[in-house]
Amino acid sequence: MIKARIIVTLKTGVLDPQGKAIESALGNLGIDGVGSVRQGKVFDVEIEGEDAAGAKATLDAMCEQLLANTVIENYAVEIDNR
Amino acid sequence: MKTAVVLLPGLNRDRDMIAALTTITGQVPETVWQTETVIPKVDLVVVPGGFSFGDYLRCGAIAARSPVMRAVAEAAAKGVPVLGVCNGFQILCEAGLLPGALMRNAALRFVCREVKLKVANATTRFSSAYAQGQVIRCPVAHHEGNYFADDATLKTLQDGERIVFRYAEGTNPNGAIDDIAGIVNAAGTVLGMMPHPENLIEPEHGGTDGRGIFESVLGISASLAA
Repeated sequence: MIKARIIVTLKTGVLDPQGKAIESALGNLGIDGVGSVRQGKVFDVEIEGEDAAGAKATLDAMCEQLLANTVIENYAVEIDNR
Repeated sequence: MKTAVVLLPGLNRDRDMIAALTTITGQVPETVWQTETVIPKVDLVVVPGGFSFGDYLRCGAIAARSPVMRAVAEAAAKGVPVLGVCNGFQILCEAGLLPGALMRNAALRFVCREVKLKVANATTRFSSAYAQGQVIRCPVAHHEGNYFADDATLKTLQDGERIVFRYAEGTNPNGAIDDIAGIVNAAGTVLGMMPHPENLIEPEHGGTDGRGIFESVLGISASLAA
């Protein structure tokens, strides 16, 4: 079993109202010194088998086709090599 | 005049759309369930509003990958007019039938109110019943109507006169770029819009400004429909 983590983030320049709201809430809590917050998503995925190269291709395909909207989002795939 | 309405779990404006199409065409639309792979032969396919699949992942993302949307894409490729309203617009963008994406409203609040729309292009098959520059009333009800496209895509839309409706008179409810409320594809056969024209089609609704979209695309003259 191959374990992977996919991180989806908004592209630079795309307005993130949720991140802005979190920034403002942090200010309300008195947590100072926050430059900016951008909200993203994390997916933990298990791929059957031990073929790391094949798993990477599968993970990239699922990002391109579903997990990320590449109009507004970037994605990064991390495979757990332990 | 035959129409079809796509049904997906979590939509909630399908009944309003069916009622509107029935009133306007005099015929009850066919309904096409999410698992169906063929769209019946019709003059208009509508993807109505709601919260398909609970808006999980991103609004419209799961619905856009359902079997029925592949069938909608095939129908659109053959030139069958397709209208997506609200969640339907989000689904058409996620399915790649329209460019750009709908993001969380800039003010983060769900908006349910009436806005003004300016007809930015009255030469499309969805807007020919209106006058160029006409301002119409239309209700909106959404949380993610903040249209976004990158600079190149936006320029393509502007240069191609593919922006059909813009929020007018300071009523942009969601922060959409260039006040975009509705756009068409390059062929002019697929319209996506956030506002709900199906909710303003008979005097009992308080107005009939939304009728023009259906009358335009179905080739029904206003005098006959009245």
